[in-house]
Amino acid sequence: MKALQYLSLAAFLAILFAVMVDLPPRGDLQAPAQKVVNEAGTPVAGTYYIQNAYKDAKTPNMVTVILADYRGFDTMGETIVVFTGGLACFFLLRRRP
Amino acid sequence: MSAYRKETTPPPYCIDERMKIPTESPVLHVASRGIAPVIMLIGLYVFFHGHYSPGGGFQGGVLLAAGVLLLRMTLGVTQSQKLMPTTLTLKLSAVGALIFAGTGLVALLCGGNFLDYHFLPVWFEPVYLRYYGILFIEVGVTITVMTTLIAIYDDLLGC
Repeated sequence: MKALQYLSLAAFLAILFAVMVDLPPRGDLQAPAQKVVNEAGTPVAGTYYIQNAYKDAKTPNMVTVILADYRGFDTMGETIVVFTGGLACFFLLRRRP
Repeated sequence: MSAYRKETTPPPYCIDERMKIPTESPVLHVASRGIAPVIMLIGLYVFFHGHYSPGGGFQGGVLLAAGVLLLRMTLGVTQSQKLMPTTLTLKLSAVGALIFAGTGLVALLCGGNFLDYHFLPVWFEPVYLRYYGILFIEVGVTITVMTTLIAIYDDLLGC
């Protein structure tokens, strides 16, 4: 049984390496994630964020701009999820002395 | 062996009272009282430096909660109530979520889209309005994350 586990791990590792060979190199301009216009002819959102994040909010960290400004509604949902988790823990776990 | 275990381990619904009282070790007391403010200071740094480096509301809030929870564990529950009272945690958590949603609502009422900081009724340049709008909603995120973590710990402790 143990041999089967190691064998399956080795097979999974081989699959990962086989996939990794086909990945584009880091910073490749021809990679689909880096293109200005994607295959369907529509503009890629990430290019707009990279080019305009500093101009829009004067914030050097573009991740913060995307997280809190462009995608602020999503972050609000995350905050409310955290609050709801705390509320559920209150109702499930809190005991009155 | 089974009889021994039956005597010593409490039933699962019983709270271990030793978790609530201060530890006897003076080393832990001195060390935690020295380290906890530093952890919270690093939390504030991570929060305020989120515009320039990795960090922001969530990470800073977790570090601030870690500073409070270290004192909860070493000084005991009653002594660390001054720093963050248990009754205040969930209320502050709701306040943090309301700061975030309220900022979006104010921008909505002033003529923009929801969470469009461009339209906030403060006299800044629009670009810096967005800069400080991001900072302001991160305040809400920090308060929510910090107080929710403390509230969950207090709930588990049963105080």
